[in-house]
Amino acid sequence: MKTKRLPAVGICVGILALAAACTQDPENSREAQNQGSRPTLHYFTWSDYVGPEILAEFERREQARVVVDLFSSNEELLAKLQSGATGYDVAVPSDFMVAIAMQLGLLEELDHAAIPNAKALNPHLQRLPFDPAQRYSIPYLWGTVGIGYDSNVIKTPPDSWAILWDPRYKGRISMLNDQREVFGATLRWMGQSLNSQNQAVIEAAKAKLIDQKPLVKTYTSDHYDQLLATGEVVLAHGWGGPIARAMRERPSIRYVVPKEGGTVWADCLVVLKTAPHKELAMRFINYLLDPQVAARTSERLLFAAAPAVAKGLVPHDIRDNPAVYPPDEVFDRMEWMKDVGEAVRAYDRAWTELKMR
Amino acid sequence: MTRGGFWLKLATAGNVLFLYLPIAVLIVFSFNASRLSATWQGLTLEWYRLLLTDQALLEATFNSLLVAGVSTVMSLILGVMGALGIERLAARYQTTVDGVILLPLIIPEIMMGVALMLLFVTIKLPLSLLTVVIGHVVFNLPLVMVIVRARLRKLDPQLSEAARDLGAGTWQVFRRVTEPMIRPAVIGAGLMALTVSLDDFMVTFFLAGPGAATLPLKVYSMIKAGISPEINALSAVMVLASMGLITVSLLIQRRSSS
Amino acid sequence: MKNHPSASSQPARPGSPLDSSGWLLAPAALWGGCFFLVPLLIVLLVSFATRGVHGGVVWQFTLANYGELLHPIYIVIFVQSLAYAAVTTCLCLVIGFPFAYFIARAPRHLQSIWLLVILVPFWTNFLVRTYAWMFLLRAEGLFNGWLLHWGLIDEPIQMLYQPVAVLIGLVYGYLPFMVLPLYVACERLDPTLIDAARDLYAGRMATFRRVIWPLVKPGVVAGSLLVFIPAVGAFITPDLLGGARTMMIGNLIQHEYLVVRDWPLGSALSFILMALVILLLRGYFRVDRRLSLPQVSQ
Repeated sequence: MKTKRLPAVGICVGILALAAACTQDPENSREAQNQGSRPTLHYFTWSDYVGPEILAEFERREQARVVVDLFSSNEELLAKLQSGATGYDVAVPSDFMVAIAMQLGLLEELDHAAIPNAKALNPHLQRLPFDPAQRYSIPYLWGTVGIGYDSNVIKTPPDSWAILWDPRYKGRISMLNDQREVFGATLRWMGQSLNSQNQAVIEAAKAKLIDQKPLVKTYTSDHYDQLLATGEVVLAHGWGGPIARAMRERPSIRYVVPKEGGTVWADCLVVLKTAPHKELAMRFINYLLDPQVAARTSERLLFAAAPAVAKGLVPHDIRDNPAVYPPDEVFDRMEWMKDVGEAVRAYDRAWTELKMR
Repeated sequence: MTRGGFWLKLATAGNVLFLYLPIAVLIVFSFNASRLSATWQGLTLEWYRLLLTDQALLEATFNSLLVAGVSTVMSLILGVMGALGIERLAARYQTTVDGVILLPLIIPEIMMGVALMLLFVTIKLPLSLLTVVIGHVVFNLPLVMVIVRARLRKLDPQLSEAARDLGAGTWQVFRRVTEPMIRPAVIGAGLMALTVSLDDFMVTFFLAGPGAATLPLKVYSMIKAGISPEINALSAVMVLASMGLITVSLLIQRRSSS
Repeated sequence: MKNHPSASSQPARPGSPLDSSGWLLAPAALWGGCFFLVPLLIVLLVSFATRGVHGGVVWQFTLANYGELLHPIYIVIFVQSLAYAAVTTCLCLVIGFPFAYFIARAPRHLQSIWLLVILVPFWTNFLVRTYAWMFLLRAEGLFNGWLLHWGLIDEPIQMLYQPVAVLIGLVYGYLPFMVLPLYVACERLDPTLIDAARDLYAGRMATFRRVIWPLVKPGVVAGSLLVFIPAVGAFITPDLLGGARTMMIGNLIQHEYLVVRDWPLGSALSFILMALVILLLRGYFRVDRRLSLPQVSQ
């Protein structure tokens, strides 16, 4: 007879669970049951962008809880925010996406009094064009885009994007799965700005990329470090960090920023206008920019940390690795990515056309 | 017949190999000590240990179970009621309704995700676990209705009429006559809904808000980050879990049929 | 109504206005209306709206999104997706038919075990199953390892991130959808009919064409639809196994929504995809009404 009551019990449990799920913030209510009410900070960041021990330390210090949600591209971040995902406190968009988010009014003005660590940034990162006064954003991690290659296979160090069009490496090339970066590299190779809004120039870049496609093994923004490390590709268009990570597994990997130049980027910490815990968010940003904490993050991810002092705190081999900390001489040929306005449609169509071939 | 039988057996063996080889390989290599290589480099349980200490993964699992549980229960309640309701409609409406409830099952998943996202943007309901649950009920509800309805159709309507003639009220007829007869279908529908919900990536992908990542979303981002033995270990656990679920469903069905 | 005299003499038949329990359908109908039909309507409306410069929707009527879809690149993607789905369906049919037939011919007590054999992969997470093929097919993966080991090849073959990988993934993912309805159809097949055909000196081909095929055709049609429909809107398989080199409609829609944030164009695309699927099904229901319900239920 007992089993007969099971469905009824199940329904009750289900309704209770639903009630729990319907409360504004499920984490908070779940927390409340066992640990009193600690504020929960929602951190929206890149996949594998933060070490758990760094978060744990902040959680201890602030008696707060940090929940991490991940995105894999700037566009995905914006799409999520636009589709009404409120509740995130801190996010990490890149430079050009900061500009768009600012225009859309998605960002909260920063309280610099609460973020003293923002004062001592690397000189290259001060007064960035999209937010010179750092009213809404503070650079956090930064670097360049270049080519990772296996020096065992490619004996003469390449110095031009042209190597990515070399038929000898057919099927052993990976490109970022990011339309702006892929077009950016091509445009620089053509001697154009990577922010070109000229329809004819974009078309010409598209033609070059269509020529290149048979040589490309895959378009990926996520695992080219692994592809390089296992030798599945010998040339990878990518951010310095993952290429530096591949070097650890396969020492013959090298990194180069081609002579035509490429993207310099900075992922920036921002507080969202809809953030439920704004003050905590400011303190979190200050914590992440603490030179010690930033150096640890830099060491883990192999991206350059924005605080000027942090560079001195990471081991020598990382500090001197051009894939991680861009040497001064490359800056003359680097360009920041900007929002291209209406031309985005031209890029989009060109990218779709490239993919369908 | 013997030669035909041979080819048939060969094709069957090929099918079984095709279906199981990838899964088996995954499980075997979840014990491989090497991080990147596909060559065998010794036995380890390290990847399973990593799984257990991955806080984000545990949270995603909790979210998945919560979403699957709540959406299944809601779909069962609404779905069984709905299936009984259709029964009472005039025959010509029944055909129409039967067609309409198939719609959510046949339109592309991505379309459903997109449509619900636009709805929540329009009514300004912030994306969260709640929106994920709503989305899951949208595809689980018709599933339950179709399965329960198929069972109801096979029932002899005279049974409930007889019960009524003996003075049973609507609720009594349901409790004493209808419910025991459709129970296997309800259980089957519930398990199906549970599975579909635990498996769903596409709808959740569009509807998940802060802190609402489910297991499939987490698995997807892990796969995106590259091949890793940790994913193999996770896969092994998930395969075993689904085998467990099937076993449970078979046991329940066997018991209720005997 | 309880104990009402007329209730016993004139019991409330299903569908009669006397019976009040039709309201039972109301909650489900309300749910479906609010969270299914209304969203579809919104997609339809958005597909006629204009895109904001940074995404979002500007409510200004336009047909430009549908006009844009006439651009050859979108037509090619549609055709390619249909081709992928069609090839997948054919492969599932060819691979799955003997299997289904074998199970249907197996002794009764073994049939349920064989069904379990199909169900285990079917109940296993789709992402996991896709990942399994990434693991097998990559250049440093197991297949290449074996082939190199046996000396069949000197260089790893590129399989992952090629169209063939997408096809394998699709077939693997949807094969159970084909085998289950085929099994149901084959099971209804009376073996004595085949024996009779043989006795009448029908060759193997003739037996198949004249006896087996007409009887299993409904199962073939149902299975084909169950494979074709999800395959044509696939996202995960081309994304993971195709290495983002190929785009199917599903990827294009995701791209429009989440990468370029062109919601109106994405909406127009998804509407066309839905219309396509519904047209297919209408055709199916016209061809065979008998199979409307039971296929989905098991």
